[in-house]
Amino acid sequence: MSKTVLEVTDLVRHYPLPKERLFSKPRFVYALNGVSFKIEEGKSFGIVGESGCGKSTLARNVMALEPTDSGSVKILGEEVVGKSFGELRPLRQNFQMVFQDPFGSLDPHHSVGRIVAEPLAALAPLSSDEKKERVADVLKSVGLKETDIGKYPHEFSGGQRQRIAIARALITRPALIVADEPVSALDVSVQAQVLNLLRDLQDQYGVTYMFISHDLAVVEYLCDEVAVMYLGAIVEKGRTEDLFASPAHPYTRILLDAVPKPAAGMKRDRIRLSGNVTGQTEKRKGCSFQDRCPMAKEKCRNETPELKKMSPDHFAACHFSKDLMSL
Amino acid sequence: MSLLDVKNLNVDLLTAMGPARAVRNLEISLERGETLGIVGESGCGKSITALALMGLLPDNATTEGQILLSNEDLLKKPEKELCTIRGNRMAMIFQEPMTSLNPVHTIGRQVMEPLRLHRKLSKSAAYEEALQLLDRVGIPNPKERINNYPHQLSGGQRQRVMIALALSCSPDILIADEPTTALDVTIQDQILELIQTLVSEEGMALILISHDLGVIAENTQKVIVMYGGTVVESGSTEQIFGELTHPYTQGLFAAMPKLGMGRRERLTTIPGTVPDLINLPPGCTFTDRCPLMTSQCGGTIPPVSNLGTHHKVSCHNIEQAIKARTGGLYQ
Repeated sequence: MSKTVLEVTDLVRHYPLPKERLFSKPRFVYALNGVSFKIEEGKSFGIVGESGCGKSTLARNVMALEPTDSGSVKILGEEVVGKSFGELRPLRQNFQMVFQDPFGSLDPHHSVGRIVAEPLAALAPLSSDEKKERVADVLKSVGLKETDIGKYPHEFSGGQRQRIAIARALITRPALIVADEPVSALDVSVQAQVLNLLRDLQDQYGVTYMFISHDLAVVEYLCDEVAVMYLGAIVEKGRTEDLFASPAHPYTRILLDAVPKPAAGMKRDRIRLSGNVTGQTEKRKGCSFQDRCPMAKEKCRNETPELKKMSPDHFAACHFSKDLMSL
Repeated sequence: MSLLDVKNLNVDLLTAMGPARAVRNLEISLERGETLGIVGESGCGKSITALALMGLLPDNATTEGQILLSNEDLLKKPEKELCTIRGNRMAMIFQEPMTSLNPVHTIGRQVMEPLRLHRKLSKSAAYEEALQLLDRVGIPNPKERINNYPHQLSGGQRQRVMIALALSCSPDILIADEPTTALDVTIQDQILELIQTLVSEEGMALILISHDLGVIAENTQKVIVMYGGTVVESGSTEQIFGELTHPYTQGLFAAMPKLGMGRRERLTTIPGTVPDLINLPPGCTFTDRCPLMTSQCGGTIPPVSNLGTHHKVSCHNIEQAIKARTGGLYQ
């Protein structure tokens, strides 16, 4: 029986916008509108969507890096929403994060040894010998050398820096690693090395990943389950194989179609999406995807679709999922 | 005579650590109406190539060779003359639509600038033309939008404005340097479609630079693959993607996660990282990462082998590379 590492229930986060006039109603960016999902131990959960769909807000809220409006985030059964900084500190060893930009997320003034050892401060005090040993171990496991401890971030390439960031996340032996676009700043050949490393580390240590990416091929390669987000809500989730083979939401279908395929040749038939992501700042009736959906009907403008079960592990929020899947 | 002929182009960048050889022995020939893709990883020289063609290289760059646009050598032209070519006969779409538009001018003013400068239109004629251009690239409500500042537009719309700017003087050659890298896949799809339609309507030549093999495969007729400042493989898009030959091209293709590949297989990786352009080996630049490396690779420049009409590969061990196509080179 596998246990649940992360359980997110009805997470809501609205960012207030500056008021235009003193007495005007406050306006909000509706970044997360009730997101729920669960990740089992040792699994990878992918989150995909366009920019502005709330993926990164979700990561920050799961990591308790900013206050949450409502909902709950349980990591290993422990609630993290509403806890103070001091209360969270000892818990943070269980969940760590890898950021997108390996050039911005490592302090250029600190040596690699210091960067990687920093999360250990949240644990019970360790002797410096013990610390050194853990740092050397973790560097070895991400494919760096022990002699790299004294070097500084500028001496490393992008892929190696991302390895350092992964080592830093790994050093407290966390149950959950939240990775926000960890490979999108890397070259293709280096990206493959980092993706394989993430997979090996999972096999070796049984870490659970919450993996955020806009690249569907990367998510397919790494993740057991996927959730597709649009305007702060999950529109479809399920096992990767099911979701990619028979998408039940038009948005997922269009996203999959939009990925250019090197083997496909010059011409492809596909549904094209017009317009941009709009409507982050308004609360509206009906489906969030109605403006851009090629199959939107009257019903979509009036009723908000709920996440419905399509097959045992496959959920979609669309009134016409059945029609789409039979196409 | 081709529209664009680049012969033996070399670009060196002088740095504090010594000269970085950004582009070596580059050959391009492009006819009117053709589309050419340049693919490679960061630091392979693809953007420097674009800047060299536009005459926009940084001050620390030195060039050798020839860039012939309708038989006139652009490298020999004085800056003043280049100004009449740039934006007029050759135009460029840059990678970052956020930073390549001027934030303190309205988009209307920016689109009108080349029209006033190169086509000598009056202010009102340029305004009308700018409205039409914005409409053509699919900006909704051009009459209102023309007075907007770049920050009022989304990323996709800004890239559309960049395209309008580049198209304003109907250039012979359009260079698009990673035009969609900063955009979402759905917007990328729209922008590439727009570039394709406009290029085929105007009959101009397109040079599309990208690190994304998918983007290149779907939008170009010819491809050159660059690594460490040199061309390792070139040919028609079908030939290249049908018969990946150079060890680097094979590795690059295998390292890319592809939709529908599933999770059973492991991604192939090319060991090591992109080379440092300052300490390149005198021979093949891929030497230290190549699984087929032999003693001659690092020392001598690999010969160019012709496989089929236009398919050229620079490799010392071409036979082994061809044999390895099916088996996978990086196991």
